[in-house]
Amino acid sequence: MLQEESDLSLVIAQIVQKLKGSNLYAQLERQAWASLQRPEIKLESLKEDIKEFFKISGWEKKLQNAVYSELSVFPLPSHPAAPPEHLKEPLVYMRKAQGSWEKRILKSLNSMCTELSIPLARKRPVGEQKELLNKWNEMGTDEPDLSLFRPVYAPKDFLEVLINLRNPNYENGDSLSFRTHLGLIQVPLKVKDIPELKEFFVELGLTTGQLGIDDSTQVPPELFENEHVRIGQKVLAEQDSAAAQQYIRQGSPTALRAELWALILNISSQPEDILYYEQLKTNVIQHDLLVDSLIYKDVKLTASNDDYYFVFEDYLYQVLLCFSRDTSVLGHFAYNSASPPKSYIRGKLGLEEYAVFYPPNGVIPFHGFSMYVAPLCFLYHEPSKLYQIFREMYVRFFFRLHSISSHPSGIVSLCLLFETLLQTYLPQLFYHLREIGAQPLRISFKWMVRAFSGYLATDQLLLLWDRILGYNSLEILAARAYCQLL
Amino acid sequence: MSRPKNQNYKGHGLSKGKEREQRASIRFKTTLVNTLMDVLRHRPGWVEVKDEGDWDFYWCDVSWLRENFDHTYMDEHVRISHFRNHYELTRKNYMVKNLKRFRKQLEREAGKLEAAKCDFFPKTFEMPCEYHLFVEEFRKNPGITWIMKPVARSQGKGIFLFRRLKDIMDWRKGTAGKKLTSSEAQPARSAVNPPGGHDARSSEDQKDEIPVENYVAQRYIENPYLIGGRKFDLRVYVLVMSYIPLRAWLYRDGFARFSNTRFTLSSIDDQYVHLTNVAVQKTSPDYHPKKGCKWMIQRFRQYLASKHGPEAVETLFSDMDNIFIRSLQSVQKVIISDKHCFELYGYDILIDQDLKPWLLEVNASPSLTASSQEDYELKTCLLEDTLHVVDMEARLTGREKRVGGFDLMWNDGPVSREEGAPDLSGMGNFVTNTHLGCVNDRKKQLRQLFRSLQSQKKASS
Repeated sequence: MLQEESDLSLVIAQIVQKLKGSNLYAQLERQAWASLQRPEIKLESLKEDIKEFFKISGWEKKLQNAVYSELSVFPLPSHPAAPPEHLKEPLVYMRKAQGSWEKRILKSLNSMCTELSIPLARKRPVGEQKELLNKWNEMGTDEPDLSLFRPVYAPKDFLEVLINLRNPNYENGDSLSFRTHLGLIQVPLKVKDIPELKEFFVELGLTTGQLGIDDSTQVPPELFENEHVRIGQKVLAEQDSAAAQQYIRQGSPTALRAELWALILNISSQPEDILYYEQLKTNVIQHDLLVDSLIYKDVKLTASNDDYYFVFEDYLYQVLLCFSRDTSVLGHFAYNSASPPKSYIRGKLGLEEYAVFYPPNGVIPFHGFSMYVAPLCFLYHEPSKLYQIFREMYVRFFFRLHSISSHPSGIVSLCLLFETLLQTYLPQLFYHLREIGAQPLRISFKWMVRAFSGYLATDQLLLLWDRILGYNSLEILAARAYCQLL
Repeated sequence: MSRPKNQNYKGHGLSKGKEREQRASIRFKTTLVNTLMDVLRHRPGWVEVKDEGDWDFYWCDVSWLRENFDHTYMDEHVRISHFRNHYELTRKNYMVKNLKRFRKQLEREAGKLEAAKCDFFPKTFEMPCEYHLFVEEFRKNPGITWIMKPVARSQGKGIFLFRRLKDIMDWRKGTAGKKLTSSEAQPARSAVNPPGGHDARSSEDQKDEIPVENYVAQRYIENPYLIGGRKFDLRVYVLVMSYIPLRAWLYRDGFARFSNTRFTLSSIDDQYVHLTNVAVQKTSPDYHPKKGCKWMIQRFRQYLASKHGPEAVETLFSDMDNIFIRSLQSVQKVIISDKHCFELYGYDILIDQDLKPWLLEVNASPSLTASSQEDYELKTCLLEDTLHVVDMEARLTGREKRVGGFDLMWNDGPVSREEGAPDLSGMGNFVTNTHLGCVNDRKKQLRQLFRSLQSQKKASS
């Protein structure tokens, strides 16, 4: 009991610490001061009256949402004396594997840099800055020569790394038994089985209504759809993050989705956020990064050629170029097993004072990266809001799809979950595919790494991402991949 | 018993017999290839005839129609894919004329409110005959943009934008000497006598020594709805089986065609921005063939619903239904309704920022070439379903409200989604039987339809 209490107070202290630096804190303070003018606030019961005021005016709700938002990425309970690396990734062999993968990526990037003799970053001449500013809303019309650039890596390269992951403490033995895992992933992580999945995803059971199924043309709307929409509107009116997250487990009505996601991710477009985005835009205008060319290349190769998303090409540049300069993204590396690559000012290699993170946000895009943004363009049209939503989706979910970790939502666990489901419940199919040399993970890996973006019709995809937000977990992707093979 | 009228005879004669008799095989003819040929060849029981053979079904092009229709005898069951004087609807100047006349009639009979429902066409003037009316309108609205379109050409050819009268002066000087090719010449309308014929303006045109290509000047819609900063228009397919009575079907699929470049009014000279025809886009330097620049209309409908909510989208789509029906009604009395004829129209619709749809034009021969795999699927399914509705195999009862992807939109009156007769009195519960941009589960529907037709037949025989 005592331990739980002290754990809880530790958590509270950490969250309070985090929120104290946020804009919400400043706003609450201002509101509290302003409320002193109000007649109902009396000196004798100052604390209670202000609390009451916050409750009525909706500020308490905002605070609740902020706390809830922090909790969603809060690391799993661990030993209080655990070093920070353990928060990133508790298993040593995983950390090592991630470290060497990162070295490889960086080597590839550096060699491309040297080959093409392009600096990692350079300041744009004034003429070029003006030109880019004019073209900001139509960067897609640019046709720079990108033939010499290659994506730093593609999902299949990453899969090879995962296949070779081994736990040095785990001895599989040479004899095959019914417990031997026949798939590609050979690390012993704990994944849910179907009864556990059923429990976890209880709202997706057959007896509960779902959007995407129970709102089809044959089903009269009175049965489920109308009521569900009504509840959704109510949730939005209450502005309650936690309720929205619970609600969206059954899918979101098309008209309410944009607002619901913003509520769950705790995004509200404040003037400061718009200003921040504008600042990032200025950074893009002033400096050109090598990473920009990689982004261009990726967009041209993937999203521009997509039947649905080619229309949003310009938005993708506006989001991704700013994203790569956003240092606030560095914060997520506290709970991401990956670490941001470091680069050194010319001539000062190894000297920590001259080290900078490169790219500024620490994320090196790979082939298909822009597809994380593309479906969001369906919902958000204002660039700064689109940007905020994407950034939050990335630091909550997407980063787990391309870093090596033991987290249940990490890509390694998802692969293992997929293979285990297949081997346990469709063993004949699994065995047959193996025999003909088509390991099923090789087919489904790219779906999961991209969170199915580009592989599902947009309406289906958005319903899937509804569930990611609703359950705060990416396990649905493995389940979806398994269902695809059914 | 063939009845040749002259050497160009393409009719046929076989056993007379009731129109709804089942035929052992159906002989088809077409000059088009690509999707249509694929569909016709794969249809069970259909055989192709070449050159001088007799045919039961002809998907012809309009030039053949112009030259041969009047000399061709067709048995009762024979079907041909155009109406004799379809240009009343599809040529921009005639369409405007018919629409204006219809609007006036509506105003007389039903009042201003009803007539206002015909205001889906931007202000248009025929050139050169309505030049003075145009100048009057032009002067009333200084600074707005106008678009000049040739009456008879397609694929975006010959179109330009202007803001100053000076630009037209130059054009007049430039084109006055142009001669028309035979395919672009106005059909001799006096040879076909439609009831309620037009005024003598056509003969006035013929008086000109040098025939001038006819143009229309139209108010350019300066606030189009943009997606991703790009302008687009919608292509919708409407199948008309007869004009008297008016029976029209609306296809659930269609697509939005995007301009490759970003929309801005400052680049009037850039033809590529403003014209969204795929044909024009194909020549733009930015064009990448893989893209196709098209969205299926379902995607478009979903996008709008997530941005504006389902009610606004319902309103927009029912406004579009209004466009289809009114435009067909306006030429109903003018088109020669021949029971052999049917026609698949391609409607071009532009949406503006207030979510109001505008009719750009109607095409009698919408392109059937596929620009991508998705496009190929759309067009082959469209054509298959067209043939199902035409029903050469005499399988349908004639009471169907849906065949594959086609929904019966107008059957001498509005068609209700609900079963039973429509309740026209109240306006309350009436929902039209149109599903543009909705789910198109045509395969399933066709299976169910033909299965039930078969069992009905078995039961009655």
